[in-house]
Amino acid sequence: MEEDKVLCLPRLSQVAVCGGTHGNELSGVYLVRELLKAKKNVTKQEDEEEEAVPLLMVLSHPLQQCFRYIDTDLNRCFTHASLSGPMSGMTPYEIIRARQLNTMLGPKGSHGAVDLVCDLHNTTANMGLCLITYSDCDWICLHIFRHLQANIPLRYIHFDVSNKESYSLDSVGKHGFAMEIGPQPHGVVRSNIYMAMKAGVQHMLDWVQSFNSGSTFEEGFVDVFTMVKHIDYPRDSETRTITAAIHPQLQDQDFCLLRPGGPLFQTFSGETLRYKGDEPLYPFFINECAYYEKGIALSLARKRQVMVPAIRVQTEQEQQANNQRFASEEEE
Amino acid sequence: MSFYSNSARFNEARRVAVFGGTHGNEMSGVTLVNLWMKNSAEIQRKGVETKPFITNPKAVDTCTRYVDMDLNRAFTPENLSAPGGDDLPYEVQRAQEINRMFGPKGSPEAYDVIFDLHNTTSNMGCTLILESSKDHFNLQMMTYIKKAIAPDTCLVLLNEHPLLKYSTTRSVAKHPVGLEVGPQPQGVLRSNIFEAMRVIIKHALDFIQLFNEGMEFPPCTVEVFQVSERIDYPRDANGNIIAMVHPSLQDCDWEPLNPGDPMFQTFDGKTIHYQGSSTIYPTFINEAAYYEKQQAFVITRRETLVASAIRKA
Repeated sequence: MEEDKVLCLPRLSQVAVCGGTHGNELSGVYLVRELLKAKKNVTKQEDEEEEAVPLLMVLSHPLQQCFRYIDTDLNRCFTHASLSGPMSGMTPYEIIRARQLNTMLGPKGSHGAVDLVCDLHNTTANMGLCLITYSDCDWICLHIFRHLQANIPLRYIHFDVSNKESYSLDSVGKHGFAMEIGPQPHGVVRSNIYMAMKAGVQHMLDWVQSFNSGSTFEEGFVDVFTMVKHIDYPRDSETRTITAAIHPQLQDQDFCLLRPGGPLFQTFSGETLRYKGDEPLYPFFINECAYYEKGIALSLARKRQVMVPAIRVQTEQEQQANNQRFASEEEE
Repeated sequence: MSFYSNSARFNEARRVAVFGGTHGNEMSGVTLVNLWMKNSAEIQRKGVETKPFITNPKAVDTCTRYVDMDLNRAFTPENLSAPGGDDLPYEVQRAQEINRMFGPKGSPEAYDVIFDLHNTTSNMGCTLILESSKDHFNLQMMTYIKKAIAPDTCLVLLNEHPLLKYSTTRSVAKHPVGLEVGPQPQGVLRSNIFEAMRVIIKHALDFIQLFNEGMEFPPCTVEVFQVSERIDYPRDANGNIIAMVHPSLQDCDWEPLNPGDPMFQTFDGKTIHYQGSSTIYPTFINEAAYYEKQQAFVITRRETLVASAIRKA
């Protein structure tokens, strides 16, 4: 491979793995607890071995009440607007917590933010394993995806939201993604789902170590699912209670192409309501418990191939040159 | 004239209730009862007053299992007679109100039949829950339902263990019937689960109508799974769970678990085996709400009960 076609990117000096951003999504809660326990139990040798990947493990929601949230959804509190501004005695718990996390892992958008945030989530939808990001051109995230995909079936979901408007915990790091696994009921830990998440995190850390050690990762294509729109349940105009359920032929069919005219909902009187869009799209987050209150029965995505260039870590020389350029840009 | 000697006689079941929302996040029952409160045509039967009712409206509003305490454990004699009014936990107040409306529990004025609709995250399919092995009316109704939905299945769970049984919302009735359908996550409505529950209630009400019209139901045997023990997750000294239901046991409700079979898997992948002395039938495997009740699954034993013939008095 031609050297000049390989993108050189800064070393990933610190990685954060976060669990329990939603307190009832238990795989991440237990995985981070176990990682923290394992770290505590490692006996230090006389010549301290350098940690393979400098890793911050964070339990996002220390008050483990096994609810999604206490006052408001923590994973919507990371917009620049939410992270700044005045606080009072009435400030929701999660806004306060988000600012603490921003101090710990950020500040968001700054040179000091952690290099990579991996935020662990579960869904009641039958989505398997997914990486969810705001970017379809973050080559670090895309290469992590390619590496995981060699070992585990998974999908790459892209929400086309600007950095200014990005709202979730993973947006605090220079690079970040949510690692979402389902189906799992909230408040439950299923062993197969836990082990899949554990393997996913391990593969990710292996990749980071390999990247930092100087490996070159070849170019290749990735199928990216970009969110286009959400569809809400049909609701009673007065009470806003739902008047239909996800159609049995759509239930559990995440990422199976939904064509115009395809079944969407089944009313309680047995009528089928169909997809009226013109474009066939890929449904996901079908029947996610937490999205009823957000007015989302399912989300729809367009699939396209993204060409991911070859990358490797910058050498120290390249890093210094980069830092100098950054410093002079800041001065200007 | 009775065709069967020793036909047990019961009064006509004139007052029937269908409860939803005893746990506010178990969506099939909440949805069905709300539907029937709006339009009760589907649950009307000649000669029967069938009342749909949301038992825990505050928990339904917040889509949580309960507000202060589990309503489905609240119907103890102590709670039902506790003074204190508004100072009492919300669910104790509700229990007293429900006991006034549909009881009093244990009295001749109590409702004849109450169906209490529940969902579970466990892979239990459709399960009818029986509180007494001597309730021949319920045994006959459950037999009728099982026959009516065949080849689909519906199993019967009997919980009359003196230490493990609990004071349910439905227990105010003369004939309490629990209906548990899973697997369904809390807070989620799955149409297949919803329809399965709906069909069972339909057949249950058909049975009541037939019984009231004078049909005699012959003696029969009923296979039940009788609760015998509760098994908790392995925990550390601080009470934190240190292992998960083993992948070989996950979703295997009602299947035999033999001594030596895998039961739990630690977070680093080690297997913990079932150490009991005989084959048992686990159920309520990995129910979300039972983590806090120290229950990973419940052990049951297969029994065959004999239901005597019944007809109306």
